[in-house]
Amino acid sequence: MKTIKTDIAVIGGGPAGLAAALAAKEQGAALVTILERNEELGGILQQCIHHGFGLHRYSQELTGPEYAQRFIDEVETSDIDVHLETMVLEITQDRVVYAMNAKDGMMRIEAGAVVLGMGCRERTRGALRIPGHRPAGVLTAGAAQRFVNIDGYIPGKEAVILGSGDIGLIMARRFTLEGAQVNAVVEIMPYAAGLTRNVVQCLDDFGIPLKLRSTVVHIHGQERLEGVTIAEVDDSWNPVAGTEQYVPCDTLLLSVGLIPENELSLQAGVEMDAVTGGPLVDHRMMTTVAGVFACGNVLHVHDVVDYVSEEAEVAGSAASAWLQSEKTQVPDVTVKAGEGVRYVLPQSIDSRGEAKLFLRVTQPQENVVLDIGGLFQLKQRVVRPSEMIQVKLSRKILEKLDSNAITISVAQEVKAVG
Amino acid sequence: MQNRHFDVAVIGGGIVGTAVVRELSRYTLRSVLIEKEAEVGWGTTKANSGIVHAGFHDKPGTNKAKYCVPGNALYPALCQELDVNFRQNGIFMVARTDEEAELLHTYLEQGRENGVPGIRLVNAEEAVALEPNLTKDTKAALDAPSGGVVAPFELATALMENAEDNGAELLTETRVEDIAWDGTSFTIQTNRGSVTASHIINAAGLFADRIAAMVDDTSFSIVPRKGEEYLMDKAMGDIVERTIFPVPTGWTKGVLVIPTVDGNLMIGPTGETIERRDDMATTAEGFAQVYQNVKTLVEGIDPSKVIAPFAGIRAASDRGDFVIEPSSVCPAMIHAAGMESPGLTAAPAIALDVVRMLQDQVALTKKPDFRPRRRPVVRFHQLSREEQAGLIEQDARYGRIVCRCETVTEAEVIDAVKRGGRTIDGIKFRVRAGAGRCQGGFCMPLVMKILSRELGIPMQEVSKRGGETYQLKAAAKQFLTVEEAVQ
Repeated sequence: MKTIKTDIAVIGGGPAGLAAALAAKEQGAALVTILERNEELGGILQQCIHHGFGLHRYSQELTGPEYAQRFIDEVETSDIDVHLETMVLEITQDRVVYAMNAKDGMMRIEAGAVVLGMGCRERTRGALRIPGHRPAGVLTAGAAQRFVNIDGYIPGKEAVILGSGDIGLIMARRFTLEGAQVNAVVEIMPYAAGLTRNVVQCLDDFGIPLKLRSTVVHIHGQERLEGVTIAEVDDSWNPVAGTEQYVPCDTLLLSVGLIPENELSLQAGVEMDAVTGGPLVDHRMMTTVAGVFACGNVLHVHDVVDYVSEEAEVAGSAASAWLQSEKTQVPDVTVKAGEGVRYVLPQSIDSRGEAKLFLRVTQPQENVVLDIGGLFQLKQRVVRPSEMIQVKLSRKILEKLDSNAITISVAQEVKAVG
Repeated sequence: MQNRHFDVAVIGGGIVGTAVVRELSRYTLRSVLIEKEAEVGWGTTKANSGIVHAGFHDKPGTNKAKYCVPGNALYPALCQELDVNFRQNGIFMVARTDEEAELLHTYLEQGRENGVPGIRLVNAEEAVALEPNLTKDTKAALDAPSGGVVAPFELATALMENAEDNGAELLTETRVEDIAWDGTSFTIQTNRGSVTASHIINAAGLFADRIAAMVDDTSFSIVPRKGEEYLMDKAMGDIVERTIFPVPTGWTKGVLVIPTVDGNLMIGPTGETIERRDDMATTAEGFAQVYQNVKTLVEGIDPSKVIAPFAGIRAASDRGDFVIEPSSVCPAMIHAAGMESPGLTAAPAIALDVVRMLQDQVALTKKPDFRPRRRPVVRFHQLSREEQAGLIEQDARYGRIVCRCETVTEAEVIDAVKRGGRTIDGIKFRVRAGAGRCQGGFCMPLVMKILSRELGIPMQEVSKRGGETYQLKAAAKQFLTVEEAVQ
């Protein structure tokens, strides 16, 4: 078994890993190693051939591969060590990474710091326990996206899409452009799970119906999928008897949520946040295990890749800084989600520095204010669970803090009288 | 296959059929197994709970009691010979009320009469000490240490593979449509032509009564009874060590908590008599029933950890017992039918008895060169880092992980194809690629590519489980007109 020493081991060469590796390098880490399981860098972006990436970062509408390529080019001109087709099997608490590939065999990588960037996986039919038979033709939207965009196959001719996550919306358009029919996108919530722009550009523009407050209650077909029964749901998400409707289809795509892939993190002893499904982190994106950092969709599921890059840069440079001095920037303030907020990241910050918070609300609302621990309020014309909100806390504002906790909450805007 | 003659044709490639054909392959016989699905173990066997029962449930004097304990005793050596995962994790039947605790004595006596080794009662304190996640309602438990768990599909596959290594033949996607008996041999008409055979072993599971009826034997009929099972993430796998049974209240063994041999947790099954023999749908009610029941046995089962719901159909007989006997109408056909719990456990013992029944009719000669062992299976994820490193050095295909959830390598997938895997599900059940928490979301395209390459078929012809279960309808752009495609 080969033993390798590195300063920063970056697990995953997707958007998070790429940005983290570059930032670590820039911050002065001598040896940075990216471990990527696919045969190329870029992660899931490589199958996202639609445009819309990079609006925030580059003020440009790039495709997924174009966005990734900007980072890949930089990595290739740096001396970052890249291992492709390499699977990480285990990360230990003291930052030993076991990884393997066909060329180098089994590697024992002793890392100064580890940045987790494994991304997420899609929730499956099994996890939802959708009743019915188990024919071919039921697959996750991401798997279908790969078949069409990477492998060059179209799974079916007539589809229903369960869940209105962004990949599902994008695949509704892709199927239509490929000459397949999309009979409906079915969403259990009273609002779409994906970005508004995707609802408009992928469904509305193609006349694809979005059925809200509805779900699939039965899957039909012994061999290939023949159809699904959909039904409306009540406030507790239970199907309403009498509203069942049979919709013929040969393909059911699932876009019903993404789950951060933290099996390796758990092995390393990293503590998880029950809401995000990702590690608890501080303002450095450091997990509860010293020297292990996390960023991107392994930490929490993002809506826009630009924010992944930004968050990963924080993680990468903090990992490098931590390696140089472990005593830097220890957090002293807890950040909590209050009324109307589903979660806030990071869960702890350093009041002596500045901080950036990422949060999601629990439900869509108009004309509200975000209350930032009583320090200040931010007016929001509209907030949606699908859209992540960023809040910057300057050093000056944090100086005013006289407690060791900040709670972020959503409140109705109160119009000043007179 | 037209007009070939076999000494024995086994109809049905479930656990019983494969156990019988493997037993037959010890003798100088031309034997064939005829299976309607694409691979063996694909019917009721695939959906079995995987429990090797101890044998205290069954009334003395029944066929179930007759074969269960001897079958259990055969398991350790059989699984070792065939390199099949088997774990003797033990069984607890848990009493939650004083009334149930009283009933445990009945099962203890029954178990002793059936010859169950090591069976004993344990009090609540000891039960909870041994299984800390049992609920506070636990009053007492019946401890049967000889109980175990196995992967039924893996065992059926291994039995068939070993039978083939010893000269038996396998016909898949071959459905028996009619059987004629001319006094000395059977003509078996199938969807792929006909064969003749001197003897038939009827192990046709859900359709065993129809096979019997083809020779005018209507001495039993199959009463299909559906069971829903819910397989959970390995994160739940060690919530219990033993398989946990309730004290039965009706005619099934009840809803169980099963730590599978592969390290998952499984909860189920339900038991519902159904009309159709292809109704393998899972239901919301089924899950609710399963979850409500297991909650009263074991604390901490998290319903959000379900990764794969499925259902199977027990091929029970109207006699309420196994039918293991030569047909009274046409004795050259021997029934091994009416299988329900503990059929999986009983199968190796039934196979021995079926061969004995055959010996009553015809002299059998043992092969001098019978090879009882299957070529060993590499299970990469079970090896130490050093052993894994060594394998990759020998063969670079061990260096490529296909299934990330279950750590399955390309070499293992290729080996599964070499051993007869033909479909996505076939690979999944053989080597667990796609059996994990992402349920093939990431590895299905990779597995399909390997199947396509190794079998020399296009991607569109790679199926989930044979028949019309294709995953891909066409190459991209095929649904577009030329004008649309150009645009």
